[in-house]
Order: sequence, then structure tokens, then C-alpha cells
Amino acid sequence: MSAEQLSKVFSALADPTRRDIVARLASADATVSELAEPHDMTLQAVSKHIKVLEEAGVVSRSRDAQRRPVHLEAEILSLMTKWIDRYRREAEERYRRLDTVLADMDDADGPGPDRRD
Amino acid sequence: MPATNTHETQIVAEEDVPIIRIIRDFDAPPAKVFRAHTDPDLLARWLGPNSTQTRIDHFDCRTGGSWHYTTIHEGEEYGFFGSFHEVRPDQMIVQTFTFEGVPDGVALERLELEDLGNGRTRLTATSLVDSFEGRDMILASGMDVGVREGYDKLDELLSP
Repeated sequence: MSAEQLSKVFSALADPTRRDIVARLASADATVSELAEPHDMTLQAVSKHIKVLEEAGVVSRSRDAQRRPVHLEAEILSLMTKWIDRYRREAEERYRRLDTVLADMDDADGPGPDRRD
Repeated sequence: MPATNTHETQIVAEEDVPIIRIIRDFDAPPAKVFRAHTDPDLLARWLGPNSTQTRIDHFDCRTGGSWHYTTIHEGEEYGFFGSFHEVRPDQMIVQTFTFEGVPDGVALERLELEDLGNGRTRLTATSLVDSFEGRDMILASGMDVGVREGYDKLDELLSP
């Protein structure tokens, strides 16, 4: 996944309505009108959101059936989760180093003669 | 000696504001955690990723002061700088953060230390960035490495 595409995915998901749509699609494919229902939005407005998600590669639509159900591309999302998990791991590593520094400070703050550094 | 307990690092990305929040508990009182953030020698020991070196070029940690540090990774230098807006001993540091590779970008960072008693501290680090896109790119790439580095390099950096 290129940096540009990744950025597209992120900005597509920055919108709460689109995130709702994605959450809905996580359980099953759905048509545009099914997706419009809970949001009290026009079909046109929902179609616009779907288009943004489609361009980012988050969802796809089958060509054959008349209903043209919207399908979630789960791999893309799991990739995103992986990115965020990496970020979390990096923060975790940083704070483990801080744990160590804090533990060393305990030693340094102890009685003077025991200090070895 | 490494701490015996390890605590989980929690990352929160808010929906309505481009914020990243990191929450982490430490087995040390707030005064010590504060000192590890304000003493440049201590800070340099834990700040950067394992594979990088951190050089603190300038560090005037007081309200109205400023800072600049450089991380060195595979011979390449990446500079970061900002100002301290509020430094409240053992409680809070508010500062700005800019990566020199993206000089127009600035994040507002707030570090809060909560005394949990029994020599323990909860650290909450909140970073408010310019846009959701910026925030999400930071989440995707790792703030310390900088957004301009290739993702391949990040893989390399983070592999054990």
C-alpha cells in the first residue's frame, strides 16, 4: 500500500458517517438504500460517501446484481489496524525505556555512597 | 534495573478532534516522571526509537522556554523543535512540536501527570495536530521517525 493510498484511506475514514457505514458493512454486505436507512439521509448523500470509500479502496461494489451491494474490503482495514498497532508498540517501547530510566533514578536517589555512575 | 511491572500503553484517537492521546502508568512518583521529562540527559536516554540516537541541542524547560533536538538514524539527521508554553513542576508540560521536514506543521502537546498514590503516576500525553489527515499519517508512520521516511524503513526500524 503506497503512502498516498494510505492517506486516502485515512481521510475517507475521518468522517463519522463513513465510519458508521464501514462498521455496518463489517457484519454483512448491504445496498445503498439499506445503508441510508439508519442515517436518515438521501440516497444521493449516502452514494457520495460510498464513492469516497470506494475510491480509497475500502469498499467495492459488485457489478452483476441489480442491487449492487456494497462490500467491505477487510484486508485494507486490518492493514490500518496494523499501522496503529505499530504506533502503539513504538510508544510502548519508548515508555519501557522510561521505566528503566525511572528505576535507575531510584538508585541514584538512594544513599550517596552506593551511587555507581 | 528494569521495572518489574510493565504497564500497557493505551492510544486513543478522538473522532471529533485531530488528537492522539497516549495513556501510561509508571511505578514512580510524579516528581520523578517529571524530572525524566525535564532533565535533558535523562530525556535523551528514553526519547528516541531504539535504533536512533537522540542529541538534545537546546533544552530550556521553563514556561516561555524552547527546545531543539536531533535524532540520528543511519547517518541521517532529523531535527525537531518547539516552545514550552507552560511548565508546572510535577504536574504538567504544555509545548509545541514541529518536525523540521514539515516546517509549516505544528502540534500542541500537553503532558499531564496524575498522582495515583503509592509511588505511582498516570501519564497522559495529548497531541493536537493541524488536521485529521496529519494526525492519521502520524499514527500510520510513527511520530519519532517522521513522515518523510519510507514505510519500508519503518518496517526495518520496528522489526525485532
